Order: sequence, then C-alpha cells, then structure tokens
Amino acid sequence: MLATIGVDSVADLFEQVPEPLWLNRPLALPAGISEAEVYERLVELAERNADAEREVCFLGAGMYDHYVPAIVDAITQRSEFLTPYTPYQPEISQGGLQAMFEFQTMMSELTGLPVATAGLYEGPSSVASAGYLAIGATGRSRFVVSRGLHPHSRETLATYSEGYGATIEEVGLEGGTTDAAALAAAVDTETAAVFLQNPNFLGAVEDVEALGAAAREHGALLIVAVDPMTLGVLRPPGECGADIALGEGQPLGNRLDFGGPSFGFFCGTEALMRKMPGRIAGETEDVDGRRGFVLALQTREQHIRREKATHNICTAQALNALAATIHLAWLGREGFRELGELLVRRTAYARERLAATPGVEPLHEAPVVRELAVRLEAPVDRVLDRCAERGIAAGYPLGRDYPEHQDGLLVAITERRSRKQIDALAEALAAAIAAERGAFLPDSDIKAPGGVR
Amino acid sequence: MAMTETPMQRERAQTIFEKSKPGRRAAVMPDAGVPEPPLEELIPAKLLRVEPPRLPEVSEPEIVRHYNRLSRRNFDLDSGFYPLGSCTMKHNPRLNERVAALPGHARLHPAQNPRRAQGALELMWLLQESLAEICGLPHVSLQPSAGSHGELAGLLLTRAFHADRGEERTKVLAPDTAHGTNPASVTMAGYEAVKVATNERGGVEMDDLRAKVSDEVACLMLTNPNTLGLFDENIAEIAALIHQAGGTLYYDGANLNAVMGQTRPGDMGFDIVHVNLHKSFSQSHGGGGPGAGPIAVSERIEPFLPRPQVVKRTGDNGGAPSYDLDLDRPRSIGRLRGFQGNFGVFVRSYAYILSLGADGLAEASETAVLNANYLKARLAQGRAGKHLPVAFDRHCMHEFVLSGKPMKRDLGIATLDLAKRLLDFGFHPPTVYFPLLVEEALMVEPTETEAKESLDAFADAVEEILAEAERNPDVAKQAPYTTPVRRLDEVKATRRPVVRQH
Repeated sequence: MLATIGVDSVADLFEQVPEPLWLNRPLALPAGISEAEVYERLVELAERNADAEREVCFLGAGMYDHYVPAIVDAITQRSEFLTPYTPYQPEISQGGLQAMFEFQTMMSELTGLPVATAGLYEGPSSVASAGYLAIGATGRSRFVVSRGLHPHSRETLATYSEGYGATIEEVGLEGGTTDAAALAAAVDTETAAVFLQNPNFLGAVEDVEALGAAAREHGALLIVAVDPMTLGVLRPPGECGADIALGEGQPLGNRLDFGGPSFGFFCGTEALMRKMPGRIAGETEDVDGRRGFVLALQTREQHIRREKATHNICTAQALNALAATIHLAWLGREGFRELGELLVRRTAYARERLAATPGVEPLHEAPVVRELAVRLEAPVDRVLDRCAERGIAAGYPLGRDYPEHQDGLLVAITERRSRKQIDALAEALAAAIAAERGAFLPDSDIKAPGGVR
Repeated sequence: MAMTETPMQRERAQTIFEKSKPGRRAAVMPDAGVPEPPLEELIPAKLLRVEPPRLPEVSEPEIVRHYNRLSRRNFDLDSGFYPLGSCTMKHNPRLNERVAALPGHARLHPAQNPRRAQGALELMWLLQESLAEICGLPHVSLQPSAGSHGELAGLLLTRAFHADRGEERTKVLAPDTAHGTNPASVTMAGYEAVKVATNERGGVEMDDLRAKVSDEVACLMLTNPNTLGLFDENIAEIAALIHQAGGTLYYDGANLNAVMGQTRPGDMGFDIVHVNLHKSFSQSHGGGGPGAGPIAVSERIEPFLPRPQVVKRTGDNGGAPSYDLDLDRPRSIGRLRGFQGNFGVFVRSYAYILSLGADGLAEASETAVLNANYLKARLAQGRAGKHLPVAFDRHCMHEFVLSGKPMKRDLGIATLDLAKRLLDFGFHPPTVYFPLLVEEALMVEPTETEAKESLDAFADAVEEILAEAERNPDVAKQAPYTTPVRRLDEVKATRRPVVRQH
C-alpha cells in the first residue's frame, strides 16, 4: 500500500501536520483490553446502578418504565436498520425511508395534525426548535410559557432563546393546571407562541382548547407538548387548535437508558410544513412508476440551505423512531387505546390509595392520566431514601424544580406497575412518613414485603 | 440497458397500514387489576378522545415479516463498503450493543438519585476524561445530542463568554468548505455567518481571513482536517489571528477520526471542540441516529458549560470517591436538552475506547489515513485518474475529494450517475456534490475498517464503470438497475409532498 502511495511510512502521510503540533507521546489512556475484559468492566459499572429491574420504579417526569416488546429489540438490532447512514441514496434506503413514512403517519394519527417530521433529538430540545420556528413563522419573538411545561423544556427554551433572541413570560399554575386568566392576560399581539404541556408536569390534564383561545385571538402559535402514551385516551392536540404538537418519544418503544437516546416527535399544520425542523420522508415514484420514498422538502435543510436553513439538525434519532413505529404497530389501534385506559384506571387507583395513606395528600384535584402529584408530611428526600431501602423508587421530588412544592412528589404509573406494587408504595410511604415523624413505627424493623415485584 | 425486474422490484411497497385488517392485533394487555369505572367518571368527556388513532391492526408475525422485508430494502455497513465522506462509517462492534443493553444501563431511570446511579455517573466521568485527553482540552460536557447540537452549544458558549466580558459580537466565520450544519447553527445562535475562502492548497485563504477578522467576530468555526481531507498547515497562525481579535476558535470534530493520538485540537489552539460519538467512536448510525455530540472546552469557556455537569467528589477521610450531577453552575448557559444526554451512546463509545486503548485509537487514525491515501492513489491510476482527478493534489488525511468535472465533460456522465451505477456494483457511493467549491464533487472516506481488498474492489468498480461509460454513457445515466427501486423522482416529493399515508 505504501509503495502505491509512494511513501516509505505512514508517518510520512502525517507530515502535513506541522511538527510543533505532533503529540509525540501515547494518549494518557489505558492500553486496550479484550472484549471479555471490557464486558466485565461494564458489568461492574452497571451493577452499581439501581435500575428498574432491581427496583420498583415510580419515577416518571417525561420518561417512563414501559414494557418494550421483544420484537422491538429483534428488529432494531438487525444490521440493515442498525448500521446504515441517513438515507441520502434512496434507492438503497427504502426500508428506512418507508419506516419513517409509517412513523410520520402514526404520529400524525396520534396528534391529529396532518404533518409529522421523521423525528428530532428528544423532548425539551424539540420545544426549543418549535420556538425557532415560531419566530420565523410570526416575525415575533415573545413566548408565553405555562409553568406546567416540563422544567427541562422551559430551561432548554431559555437556553436557545439567548441565541435566537426571544423573551419568555411564564404563567403559573392554579389548582394544578395553567392559570387561564393569567395566560389570557399574558398573550398579546407581540406573542409568537404559547407553550403548554398536556398532561402538564404535575400530571394534570389541561383544557388545551380553552387555554389556546388567547393564542388564536392574537395570531400566536399554539405549541403543545404531549405525552404520546396518553393520546389513546386524551383528545388530540390537533382537535384542540394546536398548531404544533411535539414531545418526548421515549414512552414509545424506547428504553430508559438513563435519559437517552430516545427521540422527539414534531407534528404541525400544513401551513407550517416547509418551516419544520428535521427530516421528512415523502412518497414518490421511480422511473418505472414503482412506489418509493425519499427525503422530501430537503430545501429546508442545512446541507442545502446552509445559513438559511429552518434548523441545523443532521443526525437525529432514526433508529429510536423505528422502535416507536414497531411498538405502535404491536399495540395497534385497540391495544393503544386499551393501554391508555389501563393507565388512567391504575393511576386513579393509585391516587385513591395514596390519598387514603396517612401523611399523604393529593397536591391537586385536576384529572390525571398516568402521573399524579402528592404532598408528603415529611421531608421528601428522606422519605425517598427510606422507600429505596425497600426496593421502591417512590417518585420524582418536585421541590428541585418547583420551590413552591418542596413537599411534592410526582408518582408515575405504567402497565408494569401492578396493583400490588401500588399497594406496596402506599405502605412504604406510610411507614417512611411515620418513621420520619417519630411515630411508634420503628422503620428498621420493616423489611421489604415479599413479592413486591 | 434492458433488464427484467428483480424479485424485490416486483414486490411493490406496501405500508403497514395497507396490511391492516379490522380486529387483528399483536399486543395482549395485562388485566387492570383495579376497579374499571367508565373513563368519563375520571376525566371530563370534553377532554377525552372520541375516535382512537387509526393505528394499523396487524398480528405479530405480520409485523415481524413486514419490517424484516423493509430491512432487506436497505443497504448497510455490515453488508458492504460505505465510503461516505465526512460520515466515518466505521465498524460498529456488537459488544457495544451487548453492554448498552445491560439492565443497569438500559433500565436506569434518568431521574434516579445520583447516589443510586454511581456506575452510570462514573462511566460518564470516565468518558469525559477520555475525550478531554483525546481533544487536548481540560473540560467536557456530554450533553449535546449530535454534532450540530454541539455546534449550537459551542456558539451559545461563545455568546456567554463574550457577554461575560461585556461584549456583544455579531459575526461567525467559517470556511466555504464547512459542513452545512455550521452556518445553520450560526444562524440559530443569532449570529451572522461569514464565509472565508479556500486557498490553492485547500486550506483557509489567509488574506481573506485577515480581511474578515475584526472585533465584531465572535468565533471562527473550522474543521481540521477539513472536508477536503486536508490538514490546514496554517492553523497556528489562524488561531493566533482569532485569539488576538478576541474571538473563540471552534473545532468541528466530524473529522476527528484522522487525528486521534496524533495531534489534538486543544494543542492547535481551539477553545471548543465537538466530538461525534457516532463517527469516531463507533456508535452505529441507525439510518440517521442516534448519535451524541459531546463538547470539550478550554479553561476560559468552562464556567459556561451546560448544566448539569458530571463531577467527581473525593471521599471523606480517604474514602472512595463519588460522582454527582452538578446543577449549581450560576454562569452556565443552561440545559440543551432533557436529563443528562444520550447515555446509551456513552456506554457504547466508552466500551470502544476501553477496547482500543491509547495505542489502538492512534492506530485507528493511522490506518484510516493510510486507507484514504491508498484508495486515492489507486483512483489516480487508469481511467479514474484521467476522468476523476483529485481536487487538491497532495497527501490527504482520512478522506479526499475527487472532481467529476472532466468525466462529465468527456464521457457525458455526471457524478450522480457514477454514484447511482456504483449501487449496481454493491457499493454505497461516496458523499456527492460536497464540498460545494469542488465541481461534481465526490468525497471519499474509507475509514480504518476496510481491508486492502475492499479498497481495490471499489477502485476496480469505478474503473469498470468509466470504461463502460466510454462505450455507452447511457448505462450509467439510467442506473441503477438492480436496487429495490430505481431512480426516484425527488422533485415531485418536494413540489407536491405526500408525507403520510391517507
């Protein structure tokens, strides 16, 4: 090979790097090791994590411990889906492109909006991308944001806004849901977009249509972040006047993975199609008239429009969107609705069970689908530690993101959380709170109830 | 060229929706096990959905068969050579998938208390340290989700850095060879993108750069080696110019695979580097993601890094160290996304770094550069040398760019035709029509994955296609013939977009 190139050594090829920049020493990293050793090292690390296989997980806050059917892994692990690049050569990428087209159709069905993109990075950055679109679409740069929008989304929107130049006004919650009067007062003709989340971060179902009236009245976009798993039972945002519906896609076919990779979904009206971020697959024909799929509307994209692009996204989350597509096909029309109903009923049971638990009371009375907020009459972090000793991750402490809810706990339900586990949670909370309050219930004597799992 | 339809071509595309039959299903729901009142008693009817979404109704075997059939309509890296320039299509070790799927990783909730996620945080910290060493910069944030997200992060960090010094700058410079994501990110970050010309050696045109550097310039974004696969020899002078003018220097790490263990962006003077874990560090591309785009930064940028940041805390009284998520970062630009990043990608890339180690990473870059130069030399011979000259004739790093201009003029086939004909030969074509300054460009990156035999086979295929075009250019112009579908009408898909099943 060197003779063909016409050099004596590989080092000669690196001579274009000026000598003062040569590293001239090995990187200060350990020497390479065998596959078996790497595996053992990573098992050691993994075993120091309390995962949902070892704990009963009531953590949610945007990512949920749903069951991912085996066919999702079997299909997404196929080389033909795992190892190609973005489908720039459509003739040899029909599988991936058609899967994107199916994904778009499914997300459009879920949200009730006609156009869906092939997916973005994840939830909160999709919210921030929607902000960029809203500025371009309205020529305005003021956002009105419900405090019920995920705190990570609100912070990400603020981070991006420093760049593209937007101001943010936050509207508070009243009785668990967005303060409708305050929202109406905050929206004016300078408002580019109103951001809501449904169900909101406290688990409460919002009346999106009513809240959205102010946006419509002033020509602002209505942008609604939704939990896709609730869309089998909740009225879809497209029917409530939303211009954009988006969100974190993890509940659909993606594992927890300590936060990623998952995907963001992004749906909107026809009018916004050419301004949307991310790839979009479209149907077309080949020269012989065969049906086929390509990346459509690429003239929006960074590799063509460069500084005039509607977004900067290149590599996003195709494989994760494929996982969602397979999961949704597996659930199917009936199964998806049934799963939504199961979540509502188990969550209603959990709410009732927890409300009857000494030291626990509901944080709000608004309707919920799959996550509920409660107040604890003892320090939340200490209660969580005591529950963890029983093998239960009892929920997400609200105080970090909502200082007004220092005593708040957010409890998430999935189809994996059985009645028995919900009962065990109630017992664990009762015991922990009692112990914290110094009642006659020595928690050190309480052992994890058998068969919680 | 008359051809009969292949079996796969005869099998017309049918979506999962078109296979739907009422009443079929795959999933079985667990019993609720709790009271089941009507939904309207729990949620007001006006907030409930009336019609369920029209998802397909199919059985599990039908789903498996459908997606397996779709998979066969994809070309993939495990099946063949994929010399896509600037994309670094290197082998994806299956060990990565095995360790990422361990329950301790895959089923770990991102909001788990850090004290009960010590293994995950230690892994993130170790990856941060490894990337810091490879980049030659002291601090790393793993948060950005891909390269372009890292670019946006870098530009927001630049903005925060200048604001902290009471400055507001408006322009960001990038060479005309830059990836399209660079100018797109610049605009998103609220800056004006300014192009810098390329000189006759393929590097930054220094006079043009000098003319454009001013106290309005916030940052210069550079890829080095650049998208021509060439190392910019003037990098020290470029860095000095930008730093003297008070700007930051951003390194687009898409081409880092050329320089691991050889030279480091930090040592070249860069302040901010993004690393595509789905390129140099073997995360599979998944047909367009997932990836991850961690950034490494200099001391002066560190205070502004996104939060949370993974930190190591020393143990009390000589106890074991612990790891935490530091949210208390008052000068931080804030979050760029939810939770703490694409952890599953971190696991895979850390496994890759452990496997290769210091020597292995350096050797990977050496082999990538050797392979690129060998393939370039092979393509300088015969018909390719005549019809597809290299755009800048010098040793390249990990990739190189050919121009199809003489081929188009002399043989009447465009770069696109050559690319499509390569599909019939079982190869993924190189990146085409990029970088923009090379006419009819073909950008070739073989990576260290390929053996000499696959490089030779590719060069032979190009030679054969050119010979064929000398006899009859129509063969290439009508190609491909053997793919699941033939050339597709992309204009139609944009003019009258059909983006969902009706």
